[in-house]
Amino acid sequence: MSAVRWRRAMATQPGAAAAAAGGHAAWRAAGQQAAARTVSPRAASAWAWRLVVLAVLLVYPAVASPFFTFQIGGQSLVLGIIALSLALLGGYGGMVTLSQMTVAGVAGYALAIFGGNASAAHSLGWPWWLAIAMALLLAVLAAVIIGALAVRTEGIYTIMITLAIGVAFFYLVQQNQEVFNGFQGLHRILPPQVFGVDWRAPVPFYYLALACAAAAYCAVAYVVRTPFGMALQGIRENPRRMRALGFNVNAHRIAAHALAGLLAGVGGILLVWYNAQISPGSVGTTSLINILIIAVIGGMRHPAGPFLGALLFVLLQNFAIDLVDRERFNLVIGAVFLLILAVSPDGLLGIGRRLARMAHPAARRSS
Amino acid sequence: MAAINGAWPAAGRQARARTVNGKTIAARLLLAAVAAVVLVAAAIALAGNPRLFGLTVLNGLTLAALYFLVASGFTLVFGLMRVVNLAHGSLFLLGGYVGYAVGDASGSWFLALACGFAAAALAGLVLQAGVFRFMEGQDLRQTLVSIGLSIVLADIFLWIWGGEAYQFDPPQWLYGTVPLPLVGKYSGFRLVVLGTAIVIGVGLWLFLNRTRIGMMIRAGVDDKRMLAASGVDVQRVFAATFAIGAGLAGFAGVMGGTALSIAPGEDVRYLLASLVVVIVGGMGSITGAAIGALLIGLAETFGLAYVPTYGVVFTFLIMVAVLAFRPQGLMGGRT
Repeated sequence: MSAVRWRRAMATQPGAAAAAAGGHAAWRAAGQQAAARTVSPRAASAWAWRLVVLAVLLVYPAVASPFFTFQIGGQSLVLGIIALSLALLGGYGGMVTLSQMTVAGVAGYALAIFGGNASAAHSLGWPWWLAIAMALLLAVLAAVIIGALAVRTEGIYTIMITLAIGVAFFYLVQQNQEVFNGFQGLHRILPPQVFGVDWRAPVPFYYLALACAAAAYCAVAYVVRTPFGMALQGIRENPRRMRALGFNVNAHRIAAHALAGLLAGVGGILLVWYNAQISPGSVGTTSLINILIIAVIGGMRHPAGPFLGALLFVLLQNFAIDLVDRERFNLVIGAVFLLILAVSPDGLLGIGRRLARMAHPAARRSS
Repeated sequence: MAAINGAWPAAGRQARARTVNGKTIAARLLLAAVAAVVLVAAAIALAGNPRLFGLTVLNGLTLAALYFLVASGFTLVFGLMRVVNLAHGSLFLLGGYVGYAVGDASGSWFLALACGFAAAALAGLVLQAGVFRFMEGQDLRQTLVSIGLSIVLADIFLWIWGGEAYQFDPPQWLYGTVPLPLVGKYSGFRLVVLGTAIVIGVGLWLFLNRTRIGMMIRAGVDDKRMLAASGVDVQRVFAATFAIGAGLAGFAGVMGGTALSIAPGEDVRYLLASLVVVIVGGMGSITGAAIGALLIGLAETFGLAYVPTYGVVFTFLIMVAVLAFRPQGLMGGRT
């Protein structure tokens, strides 16, 4: 998309706030469209869509091989949850952060250390439910601290600060032997055997991830329509005006970080179970940026976007080997990311919406 | 916006002055306390093992010099164009690799240095004229694009130069050891890095404050539109700034590659350093970059020398303290 079209896309949106805010306007404009769409008469068809997608997701393991159930399905759902936490902050709160994987990593490391892993010297051996509670608590705490630091400045600084914090955490876990076991990381972190089910077997893990993903999806879809969610979107549009209206802008932002931290924590726990291990690489720069890539290629303006992005990402990760050399995955994903940035400010969802709009008048004309 | 500011200017100024005062006192007290703790710790360390202390100071200074070279370009680009160029680390690597290739082929280290600068400067020019120029004012999109570019570039470098670390081969007279009091012998090249950073820093300051282009750049940092309105071709100023900023990163690539080494992953390390230095020092300020680089370089080296497994925590704490008391950075003007 050319700069002119990009600007026109911003200018055609109603509301002076969108035009005033420069760079974010296009991202925002797409969001307004999304908001308008959900209250349109087509709401019924949207519900039909959701039911179809849900049915497909529920039936999927019955038709897919264990590889597709676990590596593709399970991994996409887990990465989608973490990317969803970024979409909540970036898409609805206007704070694009790079530290969501760090928060997920805090939960993962906490689960490994408080629960159990292969190295007895690094595990406290708490019961699984307590370790999970502790992991989620620490994830939220980390998110609040990161949020409190990030909201000290605005806009593009957020991305710099969260990247710096994320990389600092990476170096900490890499250097530190006593707590985090340094470069090797922690291994054999397995889910508990509840109800006699091995939750790391492909089908149970898939349903576990699906349940968590559905809960996270519904939570975000619900929260963005509550007064808090509306205020958050107002802050995204124009923080000055919201401040003048008496809203505590920073408190809203930090609360959004806390909620996103909870989501990322859930995703982080599922991710260590999926990998059965966690190491500095899990929270390295590449991993941090991957979450951003997933959210951006999927689209941050709708809770479905991150899952779509995660699916494309995981498919590329597994099958880029057939297109190009295995070693060149980063080249492919980087190129896809740049392509999406060039053609659509709203990721795959935005492209889908534009195609649907193009198809509709054409269909009417032909009939 | 202007109308609102104009309506209650006095009230706003008073309120701001009051909060600033309260905060400054707290900040000063804290600063004094921190300084006292640091001084006591330094005295203990000096008394315990003077040689280790001296070596750590020198290593910290040379690391700070490298960080300054990389971060000054980053802050220059950010200050003028508001582009958070997260591909800055890739430019560092590009300079290093191209410099290595040239140095390897020609055998001249100085040619390598010049080519490292030129390659990165050219890449910066292409980035600005071919990519960022078309997204002016869209901060977030520019940043995301720069992230995408850094991923692609890192992979291309890995493709061409593989995963091994490269070491440069500078002239012998640069590379010997120098006898120094307190520490005994010290790598001469590291002192060269330190000297170069000081020369570049002073040169950059003179360039920005004493030349016509420097004046334009400073004017652009303050107000781009006014600069354009006074008949300056802003795009050319942008391109020149981007080229200089990127070139400095490439220059640092050869310098850093000689003092340490060039390998995949170094881009992230220097990008992080640039980010933290610029957050601490203040966005868009060369002096800030120097102060930030000094703080971060020393903190990192002392951390590694005295508390190896928690070294990075110092860097992080400095950043947190600055964000808490001066979110705009130590020398930053506006946020």
